[in-house]
Amino acid sequence: MTDIVSQASGKVVSAAPPRRDIGIRRRYAAERRFRFYGLAAIAFGLVFLFILLWTVVSKGYTAFLQTEITLPITFSEQLIDPGNKRESDPKVLQTANYPLLVRDALAEKLGIASSDRPALRQVSGLFSDSARVTLRDMVVSDPSIIGKTVPVTVLASANIDSAFKGQFDLTVDEGSRKVSDQQLGWVNTLAEEGVLSKGFNTGLFVNGNSSRPEAAGLGVALVGSLYLMGIVLVLSLPIGVAASIYLEEFAPKNRLTDLIEVNINNLAAVPSIVYGLLGLAVFINFAGLPRSAPLVGGLVLTLMTLPTIIIATRAALRAVPPSIRSAALGLGASRMQTIFHHVLPLAMPGILTGTIIGLAHALGETAPLLLIGMVAFVANVPATPLDPSTALPVQIYMWANEAERAFVERTSGAIIVLLAFLIIMNLGAILLRRRFERRW
Amino acid sequence: MTEAATEEALEKKMNTVPLKMVGKDVSVYYGDKRALYDVNLNVRENTVTALIGPSGCGKSTFLRTLNRMNDTIDGCRVTGLITLDGGDIYDPAIDVVELRARVGMVFQKPNPFPKSIYENVSYGPRIHGLARTKAELDQVVEQSLQRAGLWNEVKDRLHESGTGLSGGQQQRLCIARAVAVSPEVILMDEPCSALDPIATAKVEELIHELRANFTIVIVTHSMQQAARVSQRTAMFHLGNLVEENDTDKMFTNPDDQRTQDYIMGRFG
Ligand SMILES: Nc1ncnc2c1ncn2[C@@H]1O[C@H](COP(=O)(O)OP(=O)(O)O)[C@@H](O)[C@H]1O
Ligand SMILES: [Mg+2]
Repeated sequence: MTDIVSQASGKVVSAAPPRRDIGIRRRYAAERRFRFYGLAAIAFGLVFLFILLWTVVSKGYTAFLQTEITLPITFSEQLIDPGNKRESDPKVLQTANYPLLVRDALAEKLGIASSDRPALRQVSGLFSDSARVTLRDMVVSDPSIIGKTVPVTVLASANIDSAFKGQFDLTVDEGSRKVSDQQLGWVNTLAEEGVLSKGFNTGLFVNGNSSRPEAAGLGVALVGSLYLMGIVLVLSLPIGVAASIYLEEFAPKNRLTDLIEVNINNLAAVPSIVYGLLGLAVFINFAGLPRSAPLVGGLVLTLMTLPTIIIATRAALRAVPPSIRSAALGLGASRMQTIFHHVLPLAMPGILTGTIIGLAHALGETAPLLLIGMVAFVANVPATPLDPSTALPVQIYMWANEAERAFVERTSGAIIVLLAFLIIMNLGAILLRRRFERRW
Repeated sequence: MTEAATEEALEKKMNTVPLKMVGKDVSVYYGDKRALYDVNLNVRENTVTALIGPSGCGKSTFLRTLNRMNDTIDGCRVTGLITLDGGDIYDPAIDVVELRARVGMVFQKPNPFPKSIYENVSYGPRIHGLARTKAELDQVVEQSLQRAGLWNEVKDRLHESGTGLSGGQQQRLCIARAVAVSPEVILMDEPCSALDPIATAKVEELIHELRANFTIVIVTHSMQQAARVSQRTAMFHLGNLVEENDTDKMFTNPDDQRTQDYIMGRFG
């Protein structure tokens, strides 16, 4: 201000260096603000990730434990095969009333008279109906067991399991609860005696689906997902890599290849359910492949994964410095030799990373599988990729639709299993990248 | 009078050296763009021929026509005749792989494969089937590294990565790699431009020694280097070959005004 005034009056007051007003303070402030925004964004993301993991894990970790009842059971001939007809008619062993054996054994343990019908009915509610299958399988595989008393482990019923894990609100009026006070008393007694206990839930990993939550497992879904991954890997990796090598190294750059390029990029963005429709129309309706089969699912997921793999592979190929290609060509290597001896090995980490990420996407994909019928109720583990099956995310979807408390727990448990697989795959991708990373 | 006589004698001597490669009316187009205009240039056996000229005048382009590396560039077209020992190298019957085994190349930036030193040198002999046994291969590798003056520096770490060497060592490794295929001609495109003066001196010395066994064509932007390593020099300007002459004559008494100007540093 003073300067201007004095200049106006024709006098130069000071020979001070020109003032450069570039707003250093403002710049620093802007930088700080920007850093803060960044941190806030990351914190926001982390909070939600944490909430997600917390809800899933806190609800689901109990699914890995299952309440079991272990007690000696008398395989009474009178109940299983009263007419002693099993030699001539093996069917009697299939249809015998096995739950009765468990009920009687439990009643005896708890000291309940065989005339106390209401109490016996309550005892029947303690163990899972899957005990029928457990005992039947024992007897069918070894009929000589009839007449003996053998210790057997059967699953507790879903309600008892939930109650034993403390998931029921016991302050609620007994009438509107799924477990009676009497049953709770027995549970405590049995637990004290070591008859009833929580064990690792192997059934979750080996059993097929079941309408009884305590017996429902991910076995079918795991095998189905395994088939899917295998098919996707075997088909999409070679096809994707071959297509990428052709497009990147051999194809002339013209309108047609530009068009192909644009289409591949667009295909990567096509909603997955559209691939499901495509699979339904082409593989099932046109080619006549069976519904619900992992083969069809694998083909559909391959189509879905291919663009991802092609894009990743082309990027990896492009990242190999041209000087490596010149070096090999200059030595008299053919184009094929140049690619397979030098370019491809250098691009491999990128290709594998892309493939694993593509596979991880495919592993978590649900919508297209719903359309091709992999959402069926399947109790038996599929022996081949042509047998009906489900997949992990579909199983989660199905269980999430069930109302029972025990299914809520299993849904979260299944999510944990799926997340674990995804984390392992992503770790694998990171490790591969680290392991093979090269500088030039 | 005497001076003219010696000069004539020298020229005669040089002219008796057999021609290894001959370029006749060579023109190169990148798409619609013409990069070389009817270049006529001879490469003599066991001679170092330097290509000089300002940037973008087509030195590298011409060099690449000699082993058909231009084939790898999209839209690049070569016309005219180029022969190696009298045979047309652009003849459709010629196998480009075989040609490149006979005419090797060393690039501007050292570009060893990100593999071991041994693998770098043995790669060429292996794909061309030059060694039948491991022992033979070992011998080829050792001999090539010896010739590139690198053996003593790397003999204890043959199985370490070639990219871990210094820039100058990497470039000599690339020369060893080219030499291992036993080419007849070695093309070098500004092989020292990425190197420090000491490494440059080593490579120049190496070029001197290699001349006994190989025909060398080297592109350089350094007049001094051309003067130091070459016997023949060709000067390019805007895609034309301006002058091709004995190096001594070129640097003392060039025929063309443009050469004179360039050497005096008046353009480029
Ligand atoms: N791959 C290419 N595609 C298109 N034009 C090129 C290519 N390589 C070189 N040119 C052009 O050809 C001319 C000669 O280039 P170059 O031979 O590399 O020159 P120098 O090696 O003498 O510097 C330049 O004008 C350059 O732009
Ligand atoms: Mg150049």
